[in-house]
Amino acid sequence: MFKNIPISALIGLFFTGLYFFIAIFAPWLAPYGMAEAVGDVWEPASSKHWLGTDSIGRDLLSRMIYGGRTTIFIATAATILSFTLGSCLGLLAAVMGGWVDQAISRFVDLIMSIPSLIFALVVLSVMPVTIPVLIVVMGLLDSTRVYRLSRAVAVDINVMDYVEAATLRGEGKSWIIFREILPNALSPLVAEMGLRFIFAVLFVSTLSFLGLGVQPPGADWGGIVKENKDGIVYGIPAALVPAFAIATLAISVNLVADWVLNRTTSLKGGRG
Amino acid sequence: MSDPLLKVRGLKIGAAVYPPDAKPHKIKIVHGVDFELQKGKVLGLIGESGAGKSTIGLSALGYGRGGVELTGGEVWVNGRDILQGGIRDLRKLRGAEVTYVAQSAAASFNPAKKIMDQVVEASVSQGKFSRADAEAKARLLFDKLGLPDPDNIGSRYPHQVSGGQLQRCMTALALCPEPDLVVFDEPTTALDVTTQIDVLAAIKEAIRDTGVAALYITHDLAVVAQVSDDIMVLKMGNMVEYGPVDQIINNPQEEYTKALVSVRSINHEEKTPTQPILSAKNITARYKGTKFDVLHDVSVDISPGQTLAVVGESGSGKSTLARVITGLLPPKGGSTDFAGRTLTPDQPSRSREDLRELQMIYQMADVAMNPRQTVGTIIGRPLEFYFSMKGEEKRKRIAELLEEIEMGDGFIDRYPAELSGGQKQRVCIARALAAKPKLIICDEVTSALDPLVADGILKLLLDLQKREDVAYLFITHDLATVRAIADSIAVMYQGRVVRYGTKSEVLSPPFDDYTDLLLSSVPEMKLGWLENVIATRKMESAGN
Repeated sequence: MFKNIPISALIGLFFTGLYFFIAIFAPWLAPYGMAEAVGDVWEPASSKHWLGTDSIGRDLLSRMIYGGRTTIFIATAATILSFTLGSCLGLLAAVMGGWVDQAISRFVDLIMSIPSLIFALVVLSVMPVTIPVLIVVMGLLDSTRVYRLSRAVAVDINVMDYVEAATLRGEGKSWIIFREILPNALSPLVAEMGLRFIFAVLFVSTLSFLGLGVQPPGADWGGIVKENKDGIVYGIPAALVPAFAIATLAISVNLVADWVLNRTTSLKGGRG
Repeated sequence: MSDPLLKVRGLKIGAAVYPPDAKPHKIKIVHGVDFELQKGKVLGLIGESGAGKSTIGLSALGYGRGGVELTGGEVWVNGRDILQGGIRDLRKLRGAEVTYVAQSAAASFNPAKKIMDQVVEASVSQGKFSRADAEAKARLLFDKLGLPDPDNIGSRYPHQVSGGQLQRCMTALALCPEPDLVVFDEPTTALDVTTQIDVLAAIKEAIRDTGVAALYITHDLAVVAQVSDDIMVLKMGNMVEYGPVDQIINNPQEEYTKALVSVRSINHEEKTPTQPILSAKNITARYKGTKFDVLHDVSVDISPGQTLAVVGESGSGKSTLARVITGLLPPKGGSTDFAGRTLTPDQPSRSREDLRELQMIYQMADVAMNPRQTVGTIIGRPLEFYFSMKGEEKRKRIAELLEEIEMGDGFIDRYPAELSGGQKQRVCIARALAAKPKLIICDEVTSALDPLVADGILKLLLDLQKREDVAYLFITHDLATVRAIADSIAVMYQGRVVRYGTKSEVLSPPFDDYTDLLLSSVPEMKLGWLENVIATRKMESAGN
């Protein structure tokens, strides 16, 4: 299946892979410790500090590597949580119909009617801001979007004759959800997962920038922007480095997601 | 002889294909076809799906549908080779000299614009007529095509007229600019038989009166025999036989043409009814949220090992009857006895044994199989589910079933997308058989298939009935199919059974008006059949 990958998807796959590799092996790759002050304030790039130093003299490259690890970990965990929860509920609602569907859908509408950033800010201002709490809050909020998508996809599949054939055979709900519907709904869901992952990266970065995400001295990309934003006034580009990292990660994941979506839609025989 | 209006020489057509796991590449779909058409004559193009008939038809407009490319040959219209000119020349040709009637009028009309606006559009934009003249012409055509209220029907929207009427509006659309050539692409295929005949008669008359030439594309030889002067038989992009209609129908030369002409000649001995295995009693049903009954007091019996055919046009309630029997739609009144016990009205409360003994085969085999499951899983699941078969035992039984449907066990690991239409339907039959049912409901199982393939499926079903002693409830709108396989027949019309009995009883006179209409509407492979029927029948179709 890897023979016919378009060049854009290859680039996307390469950079996504690279970011994840760096995130996983951060402690072995970073030249200095995460919170170690090793130089002067806002030193320019040099052979000792490839990206210079930050607002209190820590090595920016090391901060970036550790920050990427935190950001990507939180985003991945939140995406997995939102997908498991959202798609299970979405498929269930589509197959059950009736009051189950109504109850879940209206509850989701209720949550969605509140802008998610504001909702998150309110919740995080009363809860202790730790990484598990961040993941749960982000995952729960995002699962409403996933629910909408998976329900829409599953409702379409649920009226196919093969689902009716399974019903007439006497199959239970779990067979219908996991064996008949899920395999056919998987491709659009996986493509959506790529997009949702990027939203999660942006979301956690936003929260950190606003001071309600990852707490100092822990590093994450949004936090690094926040710490170094004052430098921009003096022409110091430290705050732009994490912004660049977020942008490239977003583009490369989207390239992969695009490719997955294309594969699904071109598989005409696949979804009938 | 004067110069022909349309002359096609060595036409070659290619298409780009994008298979999911190989590089996109080009294939040839038409391999050099020659024909010509004189003014005022009709040429029928006939073949099964994939024969390239629509593609050839569209080439007369210099057009190739998505990815299709006219790669070689010449298409002369009115003394010009239209493949040589640019898009400007083609634009002058399309909608003025050559027009097109699509298969599905319902999908081809713009639902947001009134019919008249769409009918006169080409004439006006091509500068052939002024708007007022074009409208006057359209009204004349509406009248000629037998549309009700020809002066006002143009101010309706497409959804406000019936399917048969819309197809005639589309014919008016094509004839309005006074073209020299009209391409009819399966104009009656999507219609009920009783509606088809009216549309067919209207088209034939319009062609005769306006003196226009036509290419008539269809897969139904009996239909094309009524309207054409010449017929060209196509198979896989090659010409098989080309000649006057009389010769093709009465004296075909090629094997393939002979097969097409003799299709549906299955002989089936009628069995006498015995103690019924299923009897539906006084079924009345309506859909949730609606205020009228779709089934009124329907009672039918099916004898073990025999076939009951339920016939009727779309909307007659025949598929609803199947939904009631399977329990997907609990009836408002009445009950169903099956194998000596009374079935519960709703499917979820039925026992596994009831579910197993009552299987169903669908019209569209494409969507009746999960595209992500292999043939082995599709057929194997009922074995696992009803008989708890596993491993080697299951695999052996699957191979046996594949053998029974005349496919080898090499298909066991294939996905539905890798099968042909006929093979897909066979796998669906195997899935139903796997449950060892006493009754199989067949819902229009052959209507989406090409005639020769459909024939194969019917023969298989009859064979299986003999071997497995299974009964069929066979829902269809096609009387030729009914003749081929039924033991008893129920004719349905607007939710009621209007005629019911053994095949010989139902198909012998005296007929009630509806059965007469239905029987006489089935196109026969005889010249002059259409005129005869129109002259002698008693009742207008419901589509009017």
